Amino acid sequence: MSELPPFLLYFIAALLVAVTRGLPRQLILLATPVVTGLYLWLGINPGTDVAYFLMSYELSIMRADKLSLLFGYLFCIAGFFAGIFSLHVTDTKQHVAGVMYAGSALGAVFSGDLITLFIFWELLAISSVFLIWARGTERALKAGMRYLVYQVLSGVLLLAGALVYYHNTGSLEFGHIGLDAGVAGWLIFIAFGIKSAFPFLHSWLTDGYPEATVTGTVLLSAFTTKVAVYSLARGFAGEEILIYIGVTMACFPIFYAVIENDLRRVLAYSLINQVGFMVTGIGIGTALALNGAVAHAFSDVIFKGLLFMSMGAVLYRVGNINGSDLGGLYKSMPKTTLLCVIGALSISAFPLFSGFVSKSMVMTALMQENHGYFWLLMLFASAGVFHHAGIKIPYFAFFHHDSGIRTEEAPRNMLVAMSVAAALCIFIGTQPQYLYALLPWEVEYWPYDLTHVLAQTQLLFFSALAFVWLNKQGLYPPELHSINLDAEWFYRRLLPAAAQRTLNLLRSAKGSTLTTVTAHMQGVKYEFGKSPMARYHLSESWPTGSMVFWISAILAAFLLLEQFGLGR
Amino acid sequence: MSDEKEKIHLFDRPENVERLLKGFYAICILLALADFVVHRHIGFDWEKIPAFYALYGFVACVLLVLIAKKIRNVVMRKEDFYDE
Repeated sequence: MSELPPFLLYFIAALLVAVTRGLPRQLILLATPVVTGLYLWLGINPGTDVAYFLMSYELSIMRADKLSLLFGYLFCIAGFFAGIFSLHVTDTKQHVAGVMYAGSALGAVFSGDLITLFIFWELLAISSVFLIWARGTERALKAGMRYLVYQVLSGVLLLAGALVYYHNTGSLEFGHIGLDAGVAGWLIFIAFGIKSAFPFLHSWLTDGYPEATVTGTVLLSAFTTKVAVYSLARGFAGEEILIYIGVTMACFPIFYAVIENDLRRVLAYSLINQVGFMVTGIGIGTALALNGAVAHAFSDVIFKGLLFMSMGAVLYRVGNINGSDLGGLYKSMPKTTLLCVIGALSISAFPLFSGFVSKSMVMTALMQENHGYFWLLMLFASAGVFHHAGIKIPYFAFFHHDSGIRTEEAPRNMLVAMSVAAALCIFIGTQPQYLYALLPWEVEYWPYDLTHVLAQTQLLFFSALAFVWLNKQGLYPPELHSINLDAEWFYRRLLPAAAQRTLNLLRSAKGSTLTTVTAHMQGVKYEFGKSPMARYHLSESWPTGSMVFWISAILAAFLLLEQFGLGR
Repeated sequence: MSDEKEKIHLFDRPENVERLLKGFYAICILLALADFVVHRHIGFDWEKIPAFYALYGFVACVLLVLIAKKIRNVVMRKEDFYDE
């Protein structure tokens, strides 16, 4: 039994979901993550390794250790609440894509070699894009295409890196790779970097996720970036450059989040910010930091899922998710409001909520390794998270001024899904020992001491005070119907514009060259026509006279050459 | 909650908002004062500054918003910018 790779359960479920409807399908959607989760929990021990052969290469379809199992449990939990959240959806395509996508994520984290990883890496890309396309709008279609290009590019780099790596080392095993592995290391690093949304490689996320369906975004937020975080933790732990990248990722998106109007895009920016904490932890590379990175991935999938679900519920009910058009929804959606606030408190790392027990590990690790300035920047990012995700999201959607929108509470299945996630946020936050027991590296840590709780509470309350003060002073930027230019501008505007300009330039160059050449040709032709040579001109007409003339000329030339002995 | 229009909600009354804010300010003051009573562990020198976390949180967020407003001047475009 323990030889069965967990992704197979999902792929079989995807087939069943495709052919069933109604209640049976709903049962399959709920049972799949539960059964798979129990199977992982009870049936698989760390150290399991199942090999298979592909064209004489020995590959590993399921390598289970504490690191991969942690992500395995996490993906089953995410699949479970996302499944409940999407029970009302009747679109077969979305369900099949969603189950395939979740299964591919499981396949990726249990891959023991780079080729198997590559296969699931591409399956992740292909299955997930349907969750964007299923929205059906033209914007979603185009955004999905751009998303797919990025994802496939990441896969191609991974494959190229894997081949170079095999060439150099003779091994395809997916263990620690490191940047010392030269070109292979860098190729794989950038492949992982695209999927983790490194700065300048991130725009597929902020571009694509907000265009996906109400339920699709919940799944998207759970899997792709977390598979990448897992891969970085396994392949590049302790690479110092990751600290620089992670701190940048934690800091720059919060500025965008403050001025962004689409609240699901605000969450997409805050997703990058949270992944920044994980990437930093991986870069530090100590046991505490690595535990912090993966623990934070665990918390993040749940609280970010909860936030995306609450905004999805608003989008589902109101049909709009722009901060500029919402407000006062706590009156019609009080339960959704409460659940969203729990998600907001968790992402902000309030004591007793899940973000606190995981993020504090990364912060403590920065302190232990004496990274003073990085620590200050991450503290800035922590305050900023609260500002844009903790306050802005609930405030502009549910409170603020009354937009006059009156709607219904979220559907029951959505409320149940959000309640499951919210309960987990509080459970992890108050009983962190259970999460800590699952962490792969051995280290003692306990987040609840007076210093830590007081410091974090002060930081957060005074961040909130800044929000209140800025609003009272009228300094807070209003939500406006707008978009903000980001890295995608390079390929959505600059590149097409440059290509268009080059094309126009070439076209006009071709035109003027043609004109000039034609004019000259005409002139030459005219001059030639006037000259006595014109009679011997060959191609205009074919008088035998000129033929005879040219043949005799050639013969004469040969004769002369022969005469002077130049012919041989 | 069928007759939404008639019902007056919690934050429709300005005095409730005032109460909430007053409670919030009180907590902020207590938290800042706690720094003079409680002895925090110190990891970095700058943590020795009284109410360091409170000050840092406030200044960080004000700076964040003011800089974001400046960035907005540069990057903000109409919603249909890419659709043209």
